[in-house]
Amino acid sequence: MTTEGSSNPPAKRREPEVPQAAVALPPEGIALAALLPEALADHGVEVGAAIDEVVCTVPADRLIDVCRLLKDEPSLKFEYLRLLTVVDYVEQVGEFEVVYHLFSLANHHKMVVKTRTAERRPSVPSVTSVWRGADWYEREMHDLFGVTFEGHHNLSPLVLPDDFDGFPGRKSYPLNDYEEW
Amino acid sequence: MTDPVATQIEDKFTYQASSEPGTVDMMVNMGPQHPATHGVFRMELRVDGEQIQDVVPHIGYLHRGSEKLCEHELYSQIITLFDRFDYVSNFNNELVIVSAVEKLMGVEPPPRAELIRIIMCEFNRIASHLLFYGTFTIDMGAITPVLYNFRDREKIQSLFESVSGARMMHNYFRVGGVKEDVKDDFTSRALALCDELERGVDETDKLLTENEIFVERTTGIGVISGEDALDWGLSGPVLRASGVPYDVRVDEPYSRYSELDFGIPVGSAGDCWDRFYLRILEARESLSIIRQAMALLEPGDTMAQIRRIARPPAGEVYAHCENPRGDLGVYIVSDGGERPYRLKVRPPSFCNLQALKDLTVGHYIADAVVILGTLDIVLGEVDR
Repeated sequence: MTTEGSSNPPAKRREPEVPQAAVALPPEGIALAALLPEALADHGVEVGAAIDEVVCTVPADRLIDVCRLLKDEPSLKFEYLRLLTVVDYVEQVGEFEVVYHLFSLANHHKMVVKTRTAERRPSVPSVTSVWRGADWYEREMHDLFGVTFEGHHNLSPLVLPDDFDGFPGRKSYPLNDYEEW
Repeated sequence: MTDPVATQIEDKFTYQASSEPGTVDMMVNMGPQHPATHGVFRMELRVDGEQIQDVVPHIGYLHRGSEKLCEHELYSQIITLFDRFDYVSNFNNELVIVSAVEKLMGVEPPPRAELIRIIMCEFNRIASHLLFYGTFTIDMGAITPVLYNFRDREKIQSLFESVSGARMMHNYFRVGGVKEDVKDDFTSRALALCDELERGVDETDKLLTENEIFVERTTGIGVISGEDALDWGLSGPVLRASGVPYDVRVDEPYSRYSELDFGIPVGSAGDCWDRFYLRILEARESLSIIRQAMALLEPGDTMAQIRRIARPPAGEVYAHCENPRGDLGVYIVSDGGERPYRLKVRPPSFCNLQALKDLTVGHYIADAVVILGTLDIVLGEVDR
């Protein structure tokens, strides 16, 4: 209870500390994490980990080089693109993060490649030249987040109607509060 | 307002104003209400006579923005949304989301719950494959097998009903276990059902696999090499039929699959016949998995001791399971709240459908229907 006219400012509510998920890399992951910094040297790559996956952050302009290297280098050989997605961090840092989940059948490695792009005119190079399977993922992400994938042969709407306005995947797009079409 | 579909097709008509005798390609629109497209899916075919020159698939008719919706729901509520992605293999879908949240939280469900999950998922795999045999052969004009397959599938669904209370959309798996233990008569019912299903699968096998007309219509149709299949990101029976032995249950064992002994059927030709027969073999392997899991089933808890409302730590997780259609994955970004910050599904049907153009070009229209049938897509999952 605060008394009226009290000069003391109300006590600041302490933000509860958010626990972080523990990192526990499997043996293959540890081997891969040791292999990557050398293989991807001089590409400006940061190697980290999230739970059981090796995470590698790449600057957008080096993305294609890194992806091609990851696919072609025999000790890595990430020939399978599992998932491509965009995460909206506009509120926090004004950026979109593009996330690629890769898997190597030959070496039984899995890893995550991440790259960031600014909120204004978000654009990253398309990886369809590396993995053809990226085609629809990129079109879907272009629909939902408005991220342009440079070099994609056809970014026409895939999951949204042709005349749809806005980017419904973004955090700024309301869930319910839209006009009926 | 002009119809956008009609104008789009109109634009692609190119009549050659020439006195020379010759042929012109014709645009044929198939779907979104065509019975062979298994839902609301549209293909624009450019055909020369009956031969397909080009195909443009159109999806999105069932897009409900489920991933966005998931970001606004509690983790326990998301399970019901996952039921509705691939609506013919609901248990397999539920398993993905609960195992992702468990992985994020570091929770281990009790062994009995894990075995119940495996049994349910494998029954669901058989139910899904039974539906595939039926609808696939209907696509080719054979009406008989579906009657037998639906009879068997109905038996599986009554078992599901006795366990979860619903024939479909079960909402039975929970983060940390399952909703409730199975009934006392479950073991005897499930084992009896296994025998019945074995007969049912054999019946389909006898009816179709070596039927001359069936073989003629499927062999050498829609061939894709293992290398191309990997490049397109295909998974499940479609990938394994091309000779790539990739199965999440073996390559990255989850739940208690590492304790069970089962084979992964792998095809060699990568054509429609391989993709069909592989699913017959898979159903048999699933029956063997169920029998082994039933033997391991021991009394015990079915729910771990965790908070009623799951609140996982902040972090990112990717979990995936072998769905009847392929590698179904989910990527969750958690900010430490009760709801995911971002949730993205890796839908196997979506990836498999991408390769449609490679598979169909050069074949006849009637074969396009067969090829689409062997991809075994579920539009609820393609569009989400």
